[in-house]
Amino acid sequence: MAYKKRHDGRKPAETRKIIAKAGVIPKADGSGYFKIGDTEAYAAVYGPHEFHPRNKHDPKRGTLRCTYNMMPFSGQGNRVRPGPSRRSKEISLVMENALRPVTDLSDCPNAVVDVFIELPQTDAGSRCAAISAASIAMADAGIKMRDMVAAVAVGMVDGLPVVDLDYEEEAWKTGDVADIPVAMIPSTGEITLLQMDGHASTAELKKALEQAKPAFQQIAEAQRAAIKARYAEAAKKVKE
Amino acid sequence: MTAAKEKSALLVKDHDVVVPGEVLAQGMEYLPSQGTYRKDENIYANQTGLLIVEGKVLKTIPLASAYLPKKYDVIIGRVQDILMTGWRIDTNSPYSAVLPLKDATFDYIKKGADLTAFFNIDEYVVCKIFQVTSQNLVDVSMKGPGLRKLQGGRIIKVNAAKVPRLIGKRGSMVMMIKSATGIQLIVGQNGIVWLNGDPEQEVLAIEAIRKIEEEAHVPGLTERMKKWLEKKTGKKIEIQEMPEEESYDHRPPRRDGPRRDGPRRDGPRRDSYRGPRRDGPSGPRRDGPRRGPPRR
Repeated sequence: MAYKKRHDGRKPAETRKIIAKAGVIPKADGSGYFKIGDTEAYAAVYGPHEFHPRNKHDPKRGTLRCTYNMMPFSGQGNRVRPGPSRRSKEISLVMENALRPVTDLSDCPNAVVDVFIELPQTDAGSRCAAISAASIAMADAGIKMRDMVAAVAVGMVDGLPVVDLDYEEEAWKTGDVADIPVAMIPSTGEITLLQMDGHASTAELKKALEQAKPAFQQIAEAQRAAIKARYAEAAKKVKE
Repeated sequence: MTAAKEKSALLVKDHDVVVPGEVLAQGMEYLPSQGTYRKDENIYANQTGLLIVEGKVLKTIPLASAYLPKKYDVIIGRVQDILMTGWRIDTNSPYSAVLPLKDATFDYIKKGADLTAFFNIDEYVVCKIFQVTSQNLVDVSMKGPGLRKLQGGRIIKVNAAKVPRLIGKRGSMVMMIKSATGIQLIVGQNGIVWLNGDPEQEVLAIEAIRKIEEEAHVPGLTERMKKWLEKKTGKKIEIQEMPEEESYDHRPPRRDGPRRDGPRRDGPRRDSYRGPRRDGPSGPRRDGPRRGPPRR
C-alpha cells in the first residue's frame, strides 16, 4: 500500500504553516524566529566580536560560528539530554556550511559572528527551521549577505514525493522514507545543504527538489516580510 | 542597447527598507553602490537597510551594524589594560585599540612611571582613531580638541548604525538634546554615549536616545524629536548646528581625487624613505667583492 494522501491533509508540495519574525530578542545584535508547523526555532546573533581562542583566527575574513541546540523538553515526549551531542555538533557544522556561502565577512578579519539557535519545540525539520531562523537573525543584525538562505525538508514517503515532512511522516512505519533536508539560496537556486536519511533514486530526488521550488520561494518571502515588519511596526507607532 | 534601457525598472521606492537578496532594480541602467550588488541584469540588496536612490545609483544605509574602526573617528573607549608603553582601549568593536604613550598626553612621563596615574583600567576616554591597518589593528590618540578622560556621568550603548541619526545634521540632534536637558553629552562614533548632569535629565536624555534609535528610519525624525522634547521639558527648543570647534566632522579637508570608501583605507605607504636611489647613472650593482675606499 502506497502513501497516497498525506496524513494531515496537506498537498504533496504544501508546507506546514509558517510564522517568521525578526527582532524577538532585544539584547542580541540581531534575532529571528521561525516556526513551521510544530517546529520552532529562535536564533540570536552576536557580533562580529573578538574571537577566542586566537589560534582559530582567520586573517582573511571573519568566522561564522553556529550553535544549534534542542531544548530538553522539545522532542517527542522523551527528554532530550541537555548540552552538546554528536548530533547537535554535526548540525551546527552543516549550518555554518549552509550559511557561509551567502555571508561576506571580509570586513572583519580575525573576528567571529556567533549565531545561537535554540529550539523549544520540534516536530521534524529542525535543522531547516534553524537555518531559516538564523538567516533572519543575521540579516537583522546587519551582516552583509547576498541573500537569506531558505531551508525545508523534502522527501519520499512510501513512494510519494512530499515537501516539509513532519515527525509522523519521517517515522512512517509502513513504508520506506527518504528525508532530505535542503537549504537553498533563493535568488540563484544554489543549494548549500543537502543531506539524506533513507533511500531515494536520482529521479526521485530530482522530482522532490523540483516540487519544493515554490516552498523555498514561500519561505524566502516570509523571511523578508519578517524583517520589513519589524521596521514597519516602528513607523506605524510613529504615525499614531 | 536601447532594448536594455527600455527594460530598466526600479522595483522599490526611495527610503524603503530593503533586505538581503531582494531585487531592487532590473536592467543595466541603474548602478549598484554601498550595500547593493549586481548579478546579471538585476541589482540586489546586500544588507538590511534603507534604500537611497541618487539618480541612477542605488545604495543602502544600514539599519543595524556592529562598529568597525575607521580613521579619524572620534570614539569613546574603555581602558582595558595597561601595556608597557601605553594603554589598550576597548573600542566597542571586535578590535581593541592601542593608545601609545606619546599620543596620550603632553605631559612628560618618566621612564617606569605608573601609567595608571594617567588612565586607569575601566576608565573611559574620548579619543580619536589615527591609524587602522588592513587587519584592523587600531591606534588612537588623545591629542586634539575635546579629547579627554571622562569623569563621572554615565555610559550607554547605542547601535553604531544609528549614531549618524543621533548626531544629526552637523550635530543638530545632539545640540537639541543638550539644550533641552541641560546635561553634558558626548556621542562616540562607536556607539558609546556619555551623559553627565542632573540624574532626572540624564534619564530623559536616555529616553530620547532610545526613541531616536527606534525611529531612526522613519522620515521627519528631527521635527518629531523636537516636538517630543518640547512636550517633555516644556521648553521651547530651536534647532541649531554645532559650533565648528566641537563638531563631529574631524576629517581633514578633502583633497582632490576620488574619495575612498569602506573600512580599509591606507594601502602600502609610498612616502617611506628608503635611502638614495640606486638606479642612478652609476648603473646596476655588480656582483663580486665590494670595492674598498679609493686609494690615496
